[in-house]
Amino acid sequence: MESNKVLNAEGLACPMPVVKAKKEIDNLNAGDILEIHATDKGAASDIPAWTKSSGHELVQQDEENDILKFWIKKA
Amino acid sequence: MGIQALTAAELAKKVMNQEPLFILDVRNEDEFQDWKVEGKNVEIINKPYFELLDGIDEILDRIPSDKEVLIVCAKEGSSQFVADMLAEADGGDYLYLQGGMKTWSEHIESVKAADLTDGGELYQFVRIGKGCLSYAVLSNGEAAIVDPVRFTDAFASFLEEKQAVLKYAVDTHLHADHISGGRELAERFDASYLLPEADAGGVTFSYEPLEDGKTLTVGSTEIDIQALYSPGHTIGSTSLVVDNQYLLTGDILFVDSIGRPDLAGKAEDWVGDLRETLYSRYANLDRNLIVLPAHFSKKEELDDSGRVMAKLDDLYARNHGLNIEDKDTFRRTVTENLPPQPNSYATIRQTNMGQAAPTEEEKTEMEIGPNRCAVS
Ligand SMILES: [Fe+2]
Repeated sequence: MESNKVLNAEGLACPMPVVKAKKEIDNLNAGDILEIHATDKGAASDIPAWTKSSGHELVQQDEENDILKFWIKKA
Repeated sequence: MGIQALTAAELAKKVMNQEPLFILDVRNEDEFQDWKVEGKNVEIINKPYFELLDGIDEILDRIPSDKEVLIVCAKEGSSQFVADMLAEADGGDYLYLQGGMKTWSEHIESVKAADLTDGGELYQFVRIGKGCLSYAVLSNGEAAIVDPVRFTDAFASFLEEKQAVLKYAVDTHLHADHISGGRELAERFDASYLLPEADAGGVTFSYEPLEDGKTLTVGSTEIDIQALYSPGHTIGSTSLVVDNQYLLTGDILFVDSIGRPDLAGKAEDWVGDLRETLYSRYANLDRNLIVLPAHFSKKEELDDSGRVMAKLDDLYARNHGLNIEDKDTFRRTVTENLPPQPNSYATIRQTNMGQAAPTEEEKTEMEIGPNRCAVS
């Protein structure tokens, strides 16, 4: 899937994947897609929960070789 | 002033001593709803850490100034992060839970439950975060451990402290909510591992069957552990009567509730056994027996010393599950509206049968959350 920005948060533990994701998305324009790669298991539920509570849209979520991938559309 | 780590052991002491404590749990809402720290004087609120990234003013207003404040998350990082922000904002003192809910789930406290004949002792091990209870019977330098959880080091140091030799490791049934430490403990100390045969259909290792009427003797004195077949939670569930005074009920009867059939598909098959066990087999036992269950689910079940126990007679007077006259109502109570069983229950069963060998990290993941052994 196409994205405007890729955030590599592999190897980072909670809360950093979400903290970084928030920083990145603040710099994007509405409608842009942020792609996040994370390995922390907590991200699997925290990234979708954060997306929902912050009003953005989780467009797609995948897991590939233990790497969690998320595509988030900025509101 | 500033932030400080609180260990699971320190938190357990606070909970058991019923100290006032305010907890801010910063996990996401689903995790919080599923399972949280509970205690008589614990006040707890939930605010996910990712909702605090834009500012903490709103949450600062909700934090009391007259109590210790503990921040809790899944593993530790987020709670430390939030505690830092709070301490920086108002200059107050904040604690965070070291190792998070993961470590809380694994922590065990041991309390003496009773003195037995001839200097023998009965200990209860409270896995307070998950609600699992294990037991040790000690007498004259020998020990039996019943329904041990998987942290065998805790039992090993207990045995060393008490200078006791493990003779038996016993599981009252094949557990589905937590990984048993029974087999590992027996191997480690060259003791016998006992498990009810009817629950052991798929096991890949050798064990000694825990049969109805079997007597296990611990120490040279007269402390007997009498096995009593009491199916219903599982088909093999077997209770133990220790020293003619204590009834270890496994997951059949709890202080505040009763067991549920432990395999979703077997509820209808096992409900008759459960009824028979609770309304006839147990009802005909000496009502002065003290019930010691393998689980608790509510903090109210802990007494002032942090123990979970009750007289059988009292349970017949006040435990709702023992007072459902109508058989059909009973059947519906234990088969309908059951809390969901986590997916991991199947893999936990396989692990306890020796069919699966998960890593430590996988074991932790499998066991996260509350137990779901009781009818709610
Ligand atoms: Fe159970």
